[in-house]
Amino acid sequence: MQLVDQTKVKSRMQTRLKQNKILKGVFFGTTIFALVVLVILLYRILTQGIGYLDLQFFQNFASRFPEKAGIKAAFFGSLWLMAVIAPVSLILGVGTAIYLEEYAKKNRFTTFIQINISNLAGVPSIVFGLLGLTVFVRMLEMGRSVLAGGLTMSLLILPIIVVAAQEAVRSVPKELREASYAMGATKWQTIRRVVLPASIPGILTGGILALSRAIGETAPLLMIGALTFVAYLPENLLSGFTVMPIQIFNWTSRPQTEFHDVAAAGIIVLLAMLLIMNSIAVLIRNKFSKRL
Amino acid sequence: MKFKGIMLMLVMSMILVFASACGNGGNSSNGEGSSDQVSGNVLMDGSSTVFPIMEAIAEEYAAEQPDVKVSVGVSGSGGGFEKFAAGETDITNASRPIKEEEVKALEEAGIDFTEFEVAKDGLSIVVNKKNDWVNQLTVEELQKIWTGEATMWSDINSEWPKEKIQLFSPGTDSGTYDYFNEVVLDEQQMNKEATLSEDDNVLVNGVTGSKNGMAFFGYAYYLENKENLNVVPIVNGDGKAVKPNAETIQDGTYEPLSRPLYTYIKHSAVKDNPAVYDFSKYALENAGAMADAVGYVALPEEKYTEATDKLNEIAGK
Repeated sequence: MQLVDQTKVKSRMQTRLKQNKILKGVFFGTTIFALVVLVILLYRILTQGIGYLDLQFFQNFASRFPEKAGIKAAFFGSLWLMAVIAPVSLILGVGTAIYLEEYAKKNRFTTFIQINISNLAGVPSIVFGLLGLTVFVRMLEMGRSVLAGGLTMSLLILPIIVVAAQEAVRSVPKELREASYAMGATKWQTIRRVVLPASIPGILTGGILALSRAIGETAPLLMIGALTFVAYLPENLLSGFTVMPIQIFNWTSRPQTEFHDVAAAGIIVLLAMLLIMNSIAVLIRNKFSKRL
Repeated sequence: MKFKGIMLMLVMSMILVFASACGNGGNSSNGEGSSDQVSGNVLMDGSSTVFPIMEAIAEEYAAEQPDVKVSVGVSGSGGGFEKFAAGETDITNASRPIKEEEVKALEEAGIDFTEFEVAKDGLSIVVNKKNDWVNQLTVEELQKIWTGEATMWSDINSEWPKEKIQLFSPGTDSGTYDYFNEVVLDEQQMNKEATLSEDDNVLVNGVTGSKNGMAFFGYAYYLENKENLNVVPIVNGDGKAVKPNAETIQDGTYEPLSRPLYTYIKHSAVKDNPAVYDFSKYALENAGAMADAVGYVALPEEKYTEATDKLNEIAGK
């Protein structure tokens, strides 16, 4: 007895295999397309900017001479900004996530909060800039300072961090928590000793990715009046500052083509910083995910 | 615990960041001491068109007065006036004269100020290098082209090709657009088919890439792209067709498209803050040279002397 008609299968096999091959080609093509575009972009930026990328580029402030122009103020401005954003957004974000996941009861109110957080992640960044300008710069009278900029950016990336941290906390197996409760631990002890250590790779990965978004953003900072030319480094949280994307944007809009090459050098620095941050995120994930 | 280790590492790296940032802040070089050393902050914002001049001045000034912290923002002419009225800046730059409602806002805020002209810019009307037919245009013809009344070259002059003109214009937020809107368009709606961009380099690329392209932007952008663009002589009030260049912009024969660039200085800042007075004085004395250096056109020398006198009067010196 034969259940499968071999001749029929054989006749269709050819087209099936062909389909398989075609689709494989299509998917390979899309991957290659994205890669090629990226490579061309990187190649252009590297060839344009590499000539201006030397030690002096990090030691000089902005200048009207392309060969003397440097990214010092913007580079340190970005670092200062990060120093404000990282603690503020991580503490607020992880706190919110723990409350929502561990303490809050699942009712309409928490669903409402949840939906709002997800929506906030999609709000255009310029809106956060307006908020920062009214609340931090004007109402709280922080002026156009690192602090005002950092707090505005923290708000911008907060939703992303909350969502990432929630995911991480949620992915901790129930059994671990139950084991901890069974040993007589309180809720806080469980969170501190079991849940947080287990979810730290997820939280840090999400946090670093959100931070790398923050250092690439310009719009909210322009809105609150971050500066474009500063020939000094921030000295405290209330100093004026500029950041790398603003400096790069300023260089690209110059009429002189030499400045476009200087901008490319700035882009290389920004890209390198982002790549380093993203690799740290990957490293953390790989290192800690093995523990469980 | 590993978790603690990570946290410790984070905190340590943050401290490092702070330390390195602070460490670098301290090493200011010794100035030459041409005049008395002053210190303080000078807060400046405003037009992105004027920015290159102020950046150049601030750069030179930093060598002379290393203890004065000059910062320049680019919120645009309008945004600059808003911050000026909010009392957030000492000096604001504009690529157009202050508007009446802005004067009102400043009066309400109780801020006295004086307008200073720092340099001139010539809005340059450019066409493609292959465009050999356009030898001159009048303001009326420009208006026809930019409002969309004339869409073909042949609509302006029957000898010109029957091809559609492609328009490239700076974005509506820029002072450049404002000025063109006032002088050429007479507040009429610009042809909706025009491509608008906030980045003037996009306009340059647009015109170099299309044979029937036409754009307008600051003189500096034309100067940098001279080899790839043709500039159109504009017929002035005396009926002469004039090309924009340093002389015609300075002596005013390139009109009506020569526009003055301004800086507005707050009186109280000049009086109470020696750094603002010293910087403003330096700025007015050197604006001409710096304007030339970054692609704008200096005013006649006596204008700057007059401006400095006016500044001294305000400061009571």
